[in-house]
Amino acid sequence: MENLVQEAIQNVNMQAIMPSLVLSGLAMVLLMVSVFSKRGSSTHVAWLSVLALIVTGFVALTGWNNPQSGFAGSVLFDNFATFFSMICIVAAGLTILMSDDYLRRENFPVSEYYPLILFTTAGAMWMASGTDLMTIFLGLEVLSVSLYVLAGFFRHQTRSNEAGLKYFFLGAFSTGFLLYGVALLYGVTGTTKVEGIAAYVRANPDAALNTMFIAGGLLLLVGFLFKVAAAPFHMWTPDVYQGAPTPITAFMSAGPKAAAFAALMRVMIVGLDGLQSELTTLFWILAVLTMTIGNFVALSQKDLKRMLAYSSISHAGYALVGLVAWNEIGLSAILFYMLVYTFMNMGAFAVLVLIGKQGENNLNLDGIAGLGYKKPVLGVVLTIFLLSLMGIPPTAGFIGKFYMFSGAVEAGYIWLAVIGVLNSAVSLYYYLRVVVQMYFKDPAEDFSWVSINVPTAISIAISLGGVLYMGMFPNTLMQLAKLAGF
Amino acid sequence: MADYLLSIMTFFPLLGVLVLLFIPRDNGALLKMSTLAVSLVTFAISLPLAFDNVFATSGAMQYREFHEWINVGNFFQMNYNLGVDGISLWLVMLTTFITPLAILSTWNAIDKNIKGFMAMLLLLETGMLGAFVSIDLFLFYIFWELMLIPMYFLIGIWGGKNRIYAAVKFFIYTAVGSLLMLVAIMFIYYFAVKSGAPMNGFSIEEFYKLDLPYNAQFWLFMAFGLSFAIKVPMFPLHTWLPDAHTEAPTAGSVILAAVLLKMGTYGYVRFAMPLFPEALPTFIPFLAFLSVVGIIYGSLVAMMQDDIKKLVAYSSVAHLGFVMLGVFALNMQGLAGGMIQMINHGISTGALFLIVGFIYERRHTRLITEFGGIATKMPIFATIFMIVTFSSIGLPGTNGFIGEFLALMGAFQGGLRWYAVFATSGVILAAIYMLWVYQRVMFGKVTNPKNENLKDLSVREIVIMLPLLLFIFWIGIYPNTFFSKMNPAMEKMLMQMGANPVAVVEMQQPTVAHVGLDDQAQTVVHND
Repeated sequence: MENLVQEAIQNVNMQAIMPSLVLSGLAMVLLMVSVFSKRGSSTHVAWLSVLALIVTGFVALTGWNNPQSGFAGSVLFDNFATFFSMICIVAAGLTILMSDDYLRRENFPVSEYYPLILFTTAGAMWMASGTDLMTIFLGLEVLSVSLYVLAGFFRHQTRSNEAGLKYFFLGAFSTGFLLYGVALLYGVTGTTKVEGIAAYVRANPDAALNTMFIAGGLLLLVGFLFKVAAAPFHMWTPDVYQGAPTPITAFMSAGPKAAAFAALMRVMIVGLDGLQSELTTLFWILAVLTMTIGNFVALSQKDLKRMLAYSSISHAGYALVGLVAWNEIGLSAILFYMLVYTFMNMGAFAVLVLIGKQGENNLNLDGIAGLGYKKPVLGVVLTIFLLSLMGIPPTAGFIGKFYMFSGAVEAGYIWLAVIGVLNSAVSLYYYLRVVVQMYFKDPAEDFSWVSINVPTAISIAISLGGVLYMGMFPNTLMQLAKLAGF
Repeated sequence: MADYLLSIMTFFPLLGVLVLLFIPRDNGALLKMSTLAVSLVTFAISLPLAFDNVFATSGAMQYREFHEWINVGNFFQMNYNLGVDGISLWLVMLTTFITPLAILSTWNAIDKNIKGFMAMLLLLETGMLGAFVSIDLFLFYIFWELMLIPMYFLIGIWGGKNRIYAAVKFFIYTAVGSLLMLVAIMFIYYFAVKSGAPMNGFSIEEFYKLDLPYNAQFWLFMAFGLSFAIKVPMFPLHTWLPDAHTEAPTAGSVILAAVLLKMGTYGYVRFAMPLFPEALPTFIPFLAFLSVVGIIYGSLVAMMQDDIKKLVAYSSVAHLGFVMLGVFALNMQGLAGGMIQMINHGISTGALFLIVGFIYERRHTRLITEFGGIATKMPIFATIFMIVTFSSIGLPGTNGFIGEFLALMGAFQGGLRWYAVFATSGVILAAIYMLWVYQRVMFGKVTNPKNENLKDLSVREIVIMLPLLLFIFWIGIYPNTFFSKMNPAMEKMLMQMGANPVAVVEMQQPTVAHVGLDDQAQTVVHND
């Protein structure tokens, strides 16, 4: 007994969870700070939160090329986890920067908002570094619970309430599925460790025929796909994205989604590697379904947040292509793409945050007519983000998509790549429609309410820099993504 | 300087865009002047290419530039790889030559957001030049797509009544085609990686040497061919063209006709045909058929138009049919005819769009019935229009004759005999629709009182047209200047396309340069 305890203590290795530990600790401190702050002032908490993220970022970077395994193999903070953690940290930072002015405009400058974002990020980092289904589940719960609150944060707004409630109910169901899947897998394999499951599959080549095992695996998959917002588990996305505070929508589409991809990838690639041929067929169908549904439904959307929600579904579909390819290119392409998507999507949302009126009833196609003339800089910037979402060079979106689809081509999935690019062609139409409104229509309003504030401008500038830098000089980050892949 | 000539030339207009950003938006004159200056400097930078005799002796890529760009281990490499040869030389020159003229043509026509308009024109120039000088497929694709964005805005913001529809249609048509080509590019790349062939990123020079199986070539040719056929445009994928041309502002139409459409034909010559020589014979009858249909259909539809601009747009479909037919002949005459016809079309159709622009600026209508008897009111205009009309018809002595004649002769000798016979009717049809429209607009009595007070061309307008007229006659009378620098590269390219090398070797002497009936007889003997 004593030996066991000692061994467990030796196996702890706090280094492996240091980044999430630091972030959670700082988030708690900030929670206290906000408790003792004057009601209605949240700016200082926002800046302190950014600082906390920067500190966490440095701590997380120590994991690069220095994999730390901890808690008897339940956590592994390796390059992969570092890369995804950095994506989540960047996403959280951009969110916070665009939120300060936004919360004041919506008359709800409540400072607990920021620690909640930090908790979400900590959960996301747990997910990215988890090598045990239980660790991943814990991370997922920390992330989700904070997000439920954030989605319904504007408690005086019906839409936000609806978003929070809907997200909570559906999310709770999906985590239920996930947990049930974990239980079934445990029942079959006798372990919740990803490596252990991999060992089981290696030892039992006919695992794919074991009903319990399949049921467990599929339920687990449902949980992840829900978070990723892949079809057919995407139904929550439009309502939640539309109703949630805009910066939170931006955040959800980037950070938590990346974390869910991280967990999905680790479980699939490491844990279920032996079932590759069966799984790729499944992912093929899911990828096609997800991008096609996302793009085609986006075609008919008038509300910009809702349109971007569907576009976010389709982008999850593109990212799933990398899983179908299941090769070095495809997998590192997912990492690269998640980072690219973070910049381009959060950039687009940040512009929306700026041009929205209080209540954001003007964030639809008619509401932005002539924006390009009244606010030329915002118009150009939003156009660049949209071009990147379309995948037009020289933006990062193009490189990301090219990288992703070439993974599929390399693996021999030519038709998947063809379906993918045809989907991009469909997406051109609804992204271009925004550009048409901004530039080809006469301004209906003068956009006098749009005032550019420094934090949001920083957030847009970082996103823009990321989109252009990764579009024109993608070499460095592609190499990092490659090193971070499996 | 010579080491970086292509880069400087390609990105100088982009630099100009940055300069424009710092000019106040209400200073229209300064904006126009600086844009014109930038485009003229770009032309000056490109001039040494035209005078370089190396193209007359070598078919290899010249003025090469190479920088590693992306290198992710062994499975992903892309390079900044530039070069120019006899195939792209005159297209590059055409681009740098026509852009200042297009800018000059907008002097009074654009009053809305001049800054944006000029920036888009310059951005477009960078895209076009980059596409012509890229010899890395990936880089080519980037420039190819880059051209879409400015053209989309040019049509969408400064276009006519139906501009939004035309702009979106233009964008989506072109993008769909090129996206499929993107998958094909990936496929070639990974085929090369897996077959262990020597590679240099996406360099086409290495890709030319690949031994792709027929089956793969078939599908790859489909993807490339579709993308370029949309751009050319070949019948029945041409429907975006009349819309885009009619709605675009004059400068946009000029550049669209003069350069952008050449991207498609250039794509066939540079990429689709030499990369997949085994699949090529399978497609030639079909593509030649579509070219002929395009010639006849384009001419017939042009004849029926009551809008002059639409007429010119449809005549483009016909003219490019000749280009494609010549190229598909797979012999020196045909290819030379096709290549020179690309330049000719750029000059003549560019000039026609400018002419339409001139009268549209004066009358704000393009309906043929609104005019009549203009010749008496605008004698200089009438003369210039006449010359351009002749060039477009292909009257001997003008550039159009050289191009169409060689293309048809090449087709006739190159196994496309019956296609050539039917295509020849296009020459006659062209004479009918062009002369008819000229007659209706220019001759007769002035019936519409609004035409009574039309002013003849201004000095600026004459200055725009003179260089074009110069080249109409230069190419028409002494095309050797141009052929001599294309020949080596064309021979090399034909070899790559798998054309009969014997015939090519026989053609070492640039007989095609001396076009005349005697020479024609000579070449026939050579080929047989």
